[in-house]
Amino acid sequence: MINIFQVAYKNLLRKRSRSGLTIVGIALAAWVLVSLLGFNQGYEASLNSDIDNLGFQVLVTAKGCPYEAATLMLKGGTGLRYLPAAIADSIAGQPEVDAVTPMLMQAVFDPNKGESGSLSAFLGVDAATFPGMKTVLEFKQGRWFTDNDALEAVMGYEAAELESREVGDKYLIPENEVEVTVVGVLKRSGTQDDGTIFLPIGTVQKVFDRPGELTGIGIKVRKDADIAAFEERMYQLPDVQVVSLAQVKQTIMSLVSTAKVMVFSIALIAILIAVVGVINTILMSVMERLQEIGILKSMGAMASDIFQLIWLETLMLCVTGGAIGTALAVATAKITELLIRRLLPYTPTGGLVRIDPPLVLLTFGVVTAIGLLAGVYPSWRAGRVRPIEAIRSETE
Amino acid sequence: MNNQLSIKAEGLTKVYRRGSEEIRAVDGVSLEINQGEFVSFVGPSGSGKTTLVNILGCLDNPTAGKLELSGRSVFDQGQAQGEAELTRVRRETFGYVFQKFYLIPTLTVYENVVLPFTFYRKPGAEKGVDEILKMLGIDNRKHHLPGQISGGEMQRVAIARALVNKPRILLADEPTGNLDTRRSSEIGVLLGELNKWEGLTVIVVTHNVDLAKMAHRAIELRDGRIHTGPDACQPEQGCA
Ligand SMILES: Nc1ncnc2c1ncn2[C@@H]1O[C@H](COP(=O)(O)OP(=O)(O)OP(=O)(O)O)[C@@H](O)[C@H]1O
Ligand SMILES: [Mg+2]
Repeated sequence: MINIFQVAYKNLLRKRSRSGLTIVGIALAAWVLVSLLGFNQGYEASLNSDIDNLGFQVLVTAKGCPYEAATLMLKGGTGLRYLPAAIADSIAGQPEVDAVTPMLMQAVFDPNKGESGSLSAFLGVDAATFPGMKTVLEFKQGRWFTDNDALEAVMGYEAAELESREVGDKYLIPENEVEVTVVGVLKRSGTQDDGTIFLPIGTVQKVFDRPGELTGIGIKVRKDADIAAFEERMYQLPDVQVVSLAQVKQTIMSLVSTAKVMVFSIALIAILIAVVGVINTILMSVMERLQEIGILKSMGAMASDIFQLIWLETLMLCVTGGAIGTALAVATAKITELLIRRLLPYTPTGGLVRIDPPLVLLTFGVVTAIGLLAGVYPSWRAGRVRPIEAIRSETE
Repeated sequence: MNNQLSIKAEGLTKVYRRGSEEIRAVDGVSLEINQGEFVSFVGPSGSGKTTLVNILGCLDNPTAGKLELSGRSVFDQGQAQGEAELTRVRRETFGYVFQKFYLIPTLTVYENVVLPFTFYRKPGAEKGVDEILKMLGIDNRKHHLPGQISGGEMQRVAIARALVNKPRILLADEPTGNLDTRRSSEIGVLLGELNKWEGLTVIVVTHNVDLAKMAHRAIELRDGRIHTGPDACQPEQGCA
């Protein structure tokens, strides 16, 4: 025999290209929706983990000094400002502070790096405090240096790869012609630390001729401390800028939210277009088949049977489109991520597009619900067709 | 099921309004058709055949008049039944065949024939399907698509589809309108056979002389009224 599902399916086969195009429309909408929701989930999570990976919640730098290696690179390694090392001690004395770590960032143009040379980033860190604060950094090989004046280096994963250095190898700091020994290579962390070469802070001060100077102080605040009040007090220090990572996160999120609103509007439009497309397709096929629907009714179909048939057709289109679109979104998540990286001013390092089963189910549910809604009107119209319609339009 | 299902119409009238104009497509028609009869409706174009037969077949409401099926009132003085109730009456009683075949092109012949079962199935009706296909000579076309068979065969598929739920009355409005003479007379013979088969009442509207001739009784319509008199149609002479 034959059931209503087969009839609905075979009805859709009658206009293959039209059904196909409608499915493509829905698939695109579903694809955009899944990708965007995935992005929404992924971006914030990566940003949070990026900030956690920094190991400190507040960063103090000299006014106007770039506090991120990436920004420094963009500026071609220039624009660094310095703080006297003594500030670190005075900050360490504050009641809210758990620990501080002084840092001295430098960037040097290395003519032998890459094809036409590029910047190498060095971070001078305190052997006593830095490793304890940045417990997220794991070693692939070796260990941290223990002496702040040693001629030793720890290389980030990518830096080591780029320079093809291993533990025990020598590394010549460009421009300054000082040779250091690599004592450790870090595992990939997915952050800017991967491209950084860590040196003992005393060595950097000596080699780059910056005695007693710092570019930044990382501050780990006590768990129960009032960060806002502490930051307020830090602002009182002369010529200092306080970078609160909670603030940074907010700034980035608000930057991104503009982009998000835009992209969500696009998604909304895509969905609307898809819905209108579905309604149009089904309505068109109902109108074309008015006579035939009349005949179905003369065969004994009730209004509810016809409603069911047409609704099933709509649902089949939407479910198929939804499935294809979702699968596509999962398959292209990596490409989407690349695209977003190009579009957004700042992107954290972790996975930007996170598509998990609940998200897939949600989208699938949304698309199905949209299909059900879109099907209501055409199905209702079809159900109302009177059998006489068929015969009457035949004579005309 | 009533074995003696008769149709009784009294003063059936159908008025269409086109702007201020009133068209009395059917104008006070009274008639009776008994179970097992083979009746043809003839008459010039626009004489109201389709309109009348649609009312007899409970596809359309009359503006006025009465229609009874085996003494059970379906329409009374323009008092129309609800669409759902009409559907119930229709699927119990009637099978319809039209000039166009309305086969679903992506369903096979067999699937088209059993299509009514997706909506309604009289108990045990599916057992008769093979017999019907055989009787209509399309059992060897079961798995073909409508596009792969001839027009005559398509109309036979449509007739088979009208018969699967074992109607008591088969209603055919110009069933041969899309067919050449040879296919038409084949359909005519077939309708005659169906009429003998289990006493199926056959009502056919036609312009085809040969087809009209095969009926036991021809009813001629003119301007919405039954035409009697010396020049009225005699079935054995054929009328069109
Ligand atoms: N829906 C309608 N609205 C208005 N007028 C109609 C409608 N249907 C039929 N008519 C008119 O009613 C009259 C009878 O039409 P009907 O279709 O019953 O004639 P017919 O005998 O079947 O003609 P034919 O042999 O051409 O099929 C015609 O004048 C027609 O124009
Ligand atoms: Mg007609």
